[in-house]
Amino acid sequence: MKAGVLALQGDFREHAHVFAEAGATPVEVRLPADLDGVDCLAIPGGESTTIGKLARAYGLVDPIRERARAGMPILGTCAGMIVLAREVEGGEALFGLMDISVRRNAYGRQVDSFEADLDVRGIEHRVRGVFIRAPWIERIGDGVAVLAEFEGRPVVLEQGNLLATSFHPELVRETGLHEYLLRKA
Amino acid sequence: MQRETGTFTVKSGLAEMLKGGVIMDVTTAEQAKIAEDAGACAVMALERVPADIRKEGGVARMADPTKIEEIKAAVSVPVMAKARIGHFVEAQVLQALGVDYIDESEVLTPADEEYHIDKWAFTVPFVCGCRNLGEALRRIAEGAAMIRTKGEAGTGNVVEAVRHERALLSQIAECTQLRPEQHVTKAKELGAPVELVRMVAETGRLPVVNFSAGGIATPADAALMMQLGVDGVFVGSGIFKSEEPATMARAIVEATTHFQDPDVLAKVSHGLGEPMHGLEIETLQTRLQDRGW
Repeated sequence: MKAGVLALQGDFREHAHVFAEAGATPVEVRLPADLDGVDCLAIPGGESTTIGKLARAYGLVDPIRERARAGMPILGTCAGMIVLAREVEGGEALFGLMDISVRRNAYGRQVDSFEADLDVRGIEHRVRGVFIRAPWIERIGDGVAVLAEFEGRPVVLEQGNLLATSFHPELVRETGLHEYLLRKA
Repeated sequence: MQRETGTFTVKSGLAEMLKGGVIMDVTTAEQAKIAEDAGACAVMALERVPADIRKEGGVARMADPTKIEEIKAAVSVPVMAKARIGHFVEAQVLQALGVDYIDESEVLTPADEEYHIDKWAFTVPFVCGCRNLGEALRRIAEGAAMIRTKGEAGTGNVVEAVRHERALLSQIAECTQLRPEQHVTKAKELGAPVELVRMVAETGRLPVVNFSAGGIATPADAALMMQLGVDGVFVGSGIFKSEEPATMARAIVEATTHFQDPDVLAKVSHGLGEPMHGLEIETLQTRLQDRGW
């Protein structure tokens, strides 16, 4: 199975490692042609503004939207969740695929970044959630399922073929969510 | 289900998020906006860019808190700021201002010629400069969560950045060839803790993210450092001392992402105006890279 990782900016190498550990072959995606033959896609943590500008400049927005609408599973973590969202408070949506509204850096600045244990539906062990200047969810649409919450807010979401987390499973080599994505592919 | 803040995972985690990106020096909110619009993954707030510090001389200190507040208000990307080497009170002030990363930087005038800041004492993460593996591991031992090679800031001359990255990489490669009984002697030779030397020997890399800094002035310079193996680049004077800062900034961002693609590099290198005027290293009165111990 070929697992794409959007490699414009951010911790894409960590996503590639986790995919490899989960038994897939990671493929870095920087240009539209890199999407050919990819069975699923991870959108990494990083700066959502930087990732957005580069995705637009190199013509990746429409091809990724089309693949997603055709059923390709996508996992977005942190910045990846922001670019998947339909609404970004005080900012612009990029792919606009998931029916959620997010607020960037809503857990605070870097001094407020934190880690905590989480229970995620469908994963048997506790997941260590690393939240780095993390976005939070203001609103979710009817078709969106909440797979985990922290302090009463959703932090793992699923909508059909799309998965999104406010935190970074890839930073602690947590393979559960990537394995879940690969099972969808 | 408690929140734990200021852990090393959280500190080094932000550096992981900056990878593949360009961190740009800015002195005003307006410049910060230009940097963000060009795709900078973070900005570095400082009073004067290194080229001006070099030209004007005098003591270079932490930026004015008002400037830092203005820059923070202007952009949504992380804001870093520089503190003088060993000046832990400047660092306390920067943490209180809520900056996202502190650069304990040789570009500013050192406040202590013997000791660096105890970076474990802070919740905010630190990035520090190095010219070789020993310096890098000493800074990590003091709590740095990100390393940048120093290069020679304010020169627009990439030669020192290359020298330092090559030194670092070849020393890392050497460590991986050692037998376990050689680790202590290697640690003594490097002036670094043996636990960190062992970690480097086992993994073949630094335990934290490694950016390049000090002399990057063109998209090709940025891609050169990326191809050598760094995780991302700092560009100081290279943006706002060039003829067309916004254009240069965007081109360097694109070159850093597409660093392995000569077709893209050729395309983004067109029509950038004059890059910053560069300096030969032999002509310098002060070598900023010699600061740090």
